[in-house]
Amino acid sequence: MSLNETSVLSVKNLVVRYGSGCDACQESLEKNRCKLCGSVWAANDISLDVYPGEVLGIVGESGSGKTTLMRSLYFDFQPTSGSATLRDYKNSRKNIWDVSAAEQRLIKNTIMGMVYQSPALGLRMDYSAASNIAEKIIAAGSRNAGTMTKRAVELLEAVEIMTSRMNEAPKNFSGGMQQRVQISKALANNPALLLLDEVTTGLDLSVQAKVLDLIRRIKAKYGISILLVSHDLAVIRMLADRTIVMLDGKIAESGLTDQILEDPQHVYTQQLVHSLI
Amino acid sequence: MEILKINGLAKNFYLHNHGLEIKSCHNINLILNKGEFIGIVGPSGAGKSTVLKCINRSYLSTHGDIFYDSEAFGWINLATASEREILYLRNHEIGYVSQFLNVMPRTTAKEHVMNAIIDMGQNTEAAELNACEILSYFRLPENLWGIYPATFSGGERLRLNLAHAMIKNPRLLMLDEPTASLDDKTKILVKDMLIKLKDRNTSMIGIFHDIEFMEGVCDKVFNISDGAFLS
Repeated sequence: MSLNETSVLSVKNLVVRYGSGCDACQESLEKNRCKLCGSVWAANDISLDVYPGEVLGIVGESGSGKTTLMRSLYFDFQPTSGSATLRDYKNSRKNIWDVSAAEQRLIKNTIMGMVYQSPALGLRMDYSAASNIAEKIIAAGSRNAGTMTKRAVELLEAVEIMTSRMNEAPKNFSGGMQQRVQISKALANNPALLLLDEVTTGLDLSVQAKVLDLIRRIKAKYGISILLVSHDLAVIRMLADRTIVMLDGKIAESGLTDQILEDPQHVYTQQLVHSLI
Repeated sequence: MEILKINGLAKNFYLHNHGLEIKSCHNINLILNKGEFIGIVGPSGAGKSTVLKCINRSYLSTHGDIFYDSEAFGWINLATASEREILYLRNHEIGYVSQFLNVMPRTTAKEHVMNAIIDMGQNTEAAELNACEILSYFRLPENLWGIYPATFSGGERLRLNLAHAMIKNPRLLMLDEPTASLDDKTKILVKDMLIKLKDRNTSMIGIFHDIEFMEGVCDKVFNISDGAFLS
């Protein structure tokens, strides 16, 4: 037997640059900014694969390009160059950054789910929790109100939001509850790939434990692949099978999560691991 | 019949901040046969754990090969296999047990074991039944099953970790100081369990401090400072 796995997501040479760039950029970078022309390379040649059922962790300091990667994948902006393919979209044969806006909306609504660090970005705060989920289901083409309510109940129960509050707007919820509603919304259409951007940041420890356990259960139950961005190494250690370390828009190193934490190779990763309290 | 062949293994750690290279183990040559149990001894700092962690790929080997005869892939070099292959082997064939816990927060001992069984594809009811069975097998007192393992003693943690590792019924099991800080009574318990595993034909390689314990369990004892088996 050999592991002939098809990656669920494959990113090749992603570049997100702010500014026109110059020929000498790569030799003149101060962190991620070119000293000569002032261009900022938010993502500088990022390549990665996410395999079926795995959690790929991404760590790195603020400004290292983690969120840039995630938001490029969710079409929040168009990258400067690079390609991304999805197993569930035309059998990985089409660069999703090259397709029409309508196709991109279809991909967002049927193949991917995104949970932002800030619930305000992923939720309509004035709509009810149930409507937030329904919105996502409608976007994927369903119109049956009964099915939608049933699905909303199922999802909110899965994230332990009392269904007695499902008709309330998330603006009335605590941060942890909002985050869980966002997760249930992201799961509404059984996505093959879940993008989680700092989902536990800013939550108190007991709520964080709840969210971590939820992510673990989602992975076990649905076999979903997850791209998990966090600057919290404890979160990465708990959840990620493999981990990528980002620095200044580039990948500093990648490996099995326990190897990254126990035997880090890169100078930055060594500093990061030794900063653990 | 060999299951593991280590040739010329060396591991150095390079610490960028100090501009320092620390040499751990070097020139390790070792053969483990199927169903055999090798105990590793040696002074602290000699690189005993390093060898196990290189086999488990928690450490990247600096030199040498670690060939393992896997069920899934045939002979495979664990030092250079892909990360996905290592993950597969860890899920299906290779176990690693220490006294350190790696448990999700707010997860009880029983849930910890159950989750691993559910991850293998069983439903909740079957997982619960199996979890109870395996926890009894490893003699973790029943009144501890519903408790968070962070409060467990060293021996209790070890038994939980053994139970957790055995769910996957590994063919190759690594034991990193499983008897450290255990009292004599618990040591006898652990010894019993290891003999049971040996009866199931599990190939094992473990680090121990007391030679006495290893008698009757280990087939061979490897002294890491000489790089050779004790006669």
